[in-house]
Amino acid sequence: MASAKPAAEQKAMEGGEQEALDEMEKKVHKYSRGKAAYLGTLRDKKLKGQLAAREKLYGHSAKAAVQTEKWLLPTEGGYLEPDDDGLEKTYRYQQTSLREDVDLLSSRKPFDMILPLLGPYTLGYTGNGRYMVVGGRKGHVAMMDMLNLELVKEFQVRETVRDVAFLHNEQLYAVAQKKYPYIYNRHGTEIHCLKEHGKSLKLQFLEKHFLLSSINSFGQLHYQDISTGEMVANYRTGLGRTDVMRVNPYNAVIGLGHAGGKVTMWKPTSVKPLVTMLCHSGPVTAIAFDRGGHLMATAGVDRKVKIWDLRKYEVINSYAARAQSLDFSQKGLLACSNGSQVEIFRDTGGQDYKIYMKHRMVKGYQIGKVLFRPYEDVLGIGHSMGLSAILVPGSGEPNFDTFVDNPVETSKQRREKEVQSLLNKLQPETIMLNPNMIATVRPSRKKEKKTKKEIEEEMEDAVEAAKSIEFKKKTKGRSKASKRAKKREEEVLKAKRPFLEQHKENDGRPDKKQRVSEEIELPKALQRFAKSRQ
Amino acid sequence: MRVKVISRSTDEFTRERSQDLQKVFRNYDPALRSQEKAVEYTRALNAAKLEKIFARPFIGAMDGHVDAVSCMAKNPNYLKAIFSGSMDGDIRLWDIAARKTVCQFPGHQGAVRGLATSTDGDLLVSCGVDCTVRLWKVPMLKMVDTNDAIGDASQPSAVYTWKHAFWGVDHQWDGNLFATVGAQVDIWDQNRSEPINSFEWGKDTVLSVRFNPGEPDVLITSASDRSITLYDLRMSSPARKLIMKTRCNSICWNPREPMNFTAANEDTNCYSFDARKLDEAKVVHKGHVSAVMDIDYSPTGREFVTGSYDRTVRIFQYNGDHSREIYHTKRMQRVFCVKYTYDGTYLVSGSDDTNLRLWKSKASEQLGVLLPRERRKQEYLDAVKERYKHLPEVKRIVRHRHLPKPIYKAANLRRTMIEAENRKEERRRAHSAPGSMPVQPFRKRRIIKEVE
Repeated sequence: MASAKPAAEQKAMEGGEQEALDEMEKKVHKYSRGKAAYLGTLRDKKLKGQLAAREKLYGHSAKAAVQTEKWLLPTEGGYLEPDDDGLEKTYRYQQTSLREDVDLLSSRKPFDMILPLLGPYTLGYTGNGRYMVVGGRKGHVAMMDMLNLELVKEFQVRETVRDVAFLHNEQLYAVAQKKYPYIYNRHGTEIHCLKEHGKSLKLQFLEKHFLLSSINSFGQLHYQDISTGEMVANYRTGLGRTDVMRVNPYNAVIGLGHAGGKVTMWKPTSVKPLVTMLCHSGPVTAIAFDRGGHLMATAGVDRKVKIWDLRKYEVINSYAARAQSLDFSQKGLLACSNGSQVEIFRDTGGQDYKIYMKHRMVKGYQIGKVLFRPYEDVLGIGHSMGLSAILVPGSGEPNFDTFVDNPVETSKQRREKEVQSLLNKLQPETIMLNPNMIATVRPSRKKEKKTKKEIEEEMEDAVEAAKSIEFKKKTKGRSKASKRAKKREEEVLKAKRPFLEQHKENDGRPDKKQRVSEEIELPKALQRFAKSRQ
Repeated sequence: MRVKVISRSTDEFTRERSQDLQKVFRNYDPALRSQEKAVEYTRALNAAKLEKIFARPFIGAMDGHVDAVSCMAKNPNYLKAIFSGSMDGDIRLWDIAARKTVCQFPGHQGAVRGLATSTDGDLLVSCGVDCTVRLWKVPMLKMVDTNDAIGDASQPSAVYTWKHAFWGVDHQWDGNLFATVGAQVDIWDQNRSEPINSFEWGKDTVLSVRFNPGEPDVLITSASDRSITLYDLRMSSPARKLIMKTRCNSICWNPREPMNFTAANEDTNCYSFDARKLDEAKVVHKGHVSAVMDIDYSPTGREFVTGSYDRTVRIFQYNGDHSREIYHTKRMQRVFCVKYTYDGTYLVSGSDDTNLRLWKSKASEQLGVLLPRERRKQEYLDAVKERYKHLPEVKRIVRHRHLPKPIYKAANLRRTMIEAENRKEERRRAHSAPGSMPVQPFRKRRIIKEVE
């Protein structure tokens, strides 16, 4: 009895320790970049030692990152959890009650801006989520500071505005207008007119490469380096007009959705698309990529929203729903807009996306674009009657890195970051489907040889198939039993022949000439005579 | 319903007063940094380019001698002091920091051939072709400015005349002995006017001598009969001898691995040997296009510097087969002597044009005190450069050196000749009976035999 109690205690303690260890391992996994290399097969001891030391260092740094997490990551992420009775559903929770339940500072973040005259509106955020630029279809362009909720500049371009996009920081942004895209600075001064792009429908900016890419009404994809002004690439997609374009943040590959239901992926150094996949049986209406790079969501006119695994190019999930616009948040929530309604899905484990939140705008509003604000729990909505923002708990990354994206950066920090990012500007060649390919060794293309057994099995299958061929019934004695047997034998031989040849190759038996030279060891200079005698 | 959203008050994330430092927040999550490898590669490439841009190795020349500089010696007591002897018998003590002569030691009638200091730094030994060995007391180097110090001539504390001209001298580490070489090897005591011991193995002139830094009684010499000889003072006769195809001009022990030494050979290569295993060289350091005249190890033992008759100074890794760095100027002539300073940051070369030249050992290193932040940045850039050094673009930039035209052409010519030689040998091998001409590695090819 006396010994049982400490044993139970100890067990509980061990359980606790085990849990802590598991937790630790999970966190370490987050910081480690892939599995450690297997060094068992290496024969070079020096290299093995060096690599082992390096792997150890990687492990140490991941562990150190976990241990300092407590102090380095002070902000806790947002959440929305039902009480335990199980009757409450998160998707029944309204924005009005949400606004009452959160703190004062956050309750100021959602808004509804009614601008009925110049809509529908589209919008874009800077990488750090502090500034927002909006474009009204009828020529209204405005830039706002979302931290202080101030209008920085608004102006009227007096022609159609199709899309807006920030360049590397809030100092410059591009606007796709009636005939050409233009670049404006934060004071609304026109800096450039990019005539080469033509009548562009959609703009995307690749931050690390300083490339502004656009798709125009002829289905031409342009990449322009905005630091040097050089037109890096200009490709005809050949798949018609589209305004569905999104950049994959993981590898900077551009995804385009086409009217034929195809999705193509592009990089600036290849004329042909890297990937062409048939996703829908009707026009693709929206496309979005997850930050991790392995998930893609597409929506089509065929009333399907599909989630794809980009490693296998397979559908993970397919839902019957319409969506005009899709967006993944930093933490992996998926927002779909349909008419005047926004639905937000969440991964409930095992990549099973379930509805998480729902928001209904005033009936008759047509939502054009939904976009999550980086580093905040906010979803920006551009619709036919203006702009809105709603709170989505748990959508944004709670902890920022000052040297990656800083939502509260000063002008000095911004200037410093601009210089650094220009120094680290990536060349267009570094865009590829798997960005970790850089500095790895290309695997050899040697075809794997089949073993003898495999060849034999294949041959047997082929022979069986040849035997079971049904011959046509023919007249004039051509279908006699003997003739048919002969024919069948011929078929079997025909089926066998390629395999027998393979056998010969694989046997490794050298042909006669080589055998002679092996048997008689001649000086190199005399070998040519030995060969010619054959 | 439990609910929370991200809420950052600006006060917590910005500084209170403008005098405060900016707050910095870190999140090491790899998901925030996409395309890491491409970014690192770009940084490595930029670091390699910047290193090229900032490579300014030449600091200055020290002139004063009126004839070619023939030998140098470091002073273990003063980092910034160096002795140099010239072909007209002049010996000078230099202040490297001010690049001025501190004092002169007149007396030698012919060329000074060897200079050495004792380990405590109090005694300077010089010898020359006038058959004298002179011992000098090293003056205290004043810390005051040395502008008017020149002309401070000193007298030798002892002059010993001997029967043959001298070619080199070296002082024992932690002891009173020093060795001179010429027609024979003589071991002297500081306080005796005649050598206490003499060695002779063959009749040819001995060119250089070095005491082992780890074992005070072991010394090594190279002679004009193309031999390298090991001596042990505890034995009455020389220990071992190695004969090569061409002679070695100079030898230096590795101070951190004192069983290894490197010989500067007349055939443009340097050969690193393990003194316990003389039948093959550990490494052959190639690169020079003319005879290597002098060699000196860095105090860390990871690198050594060589000076050559082809008017360049090169730095090699202790295990690298090609030079890491090549230094040359328009005005520098045949280099006769080189030294690595005791802090491993500078090189001094003495050449035929009567000047001593001062170089940085790392061409693009920033001199002076580094801020911790600058140091960390440099370490990071070195690490990424190391990681991506095999990629063609980085490799090309790091490897490339501009060479003067005569050296570039001479190197090309040498390469052609070596290739032709190899081709010829290959053909000979093809035309002879199998096994009669075994392939010999280059590490063994230049060695004739080892004599016990």
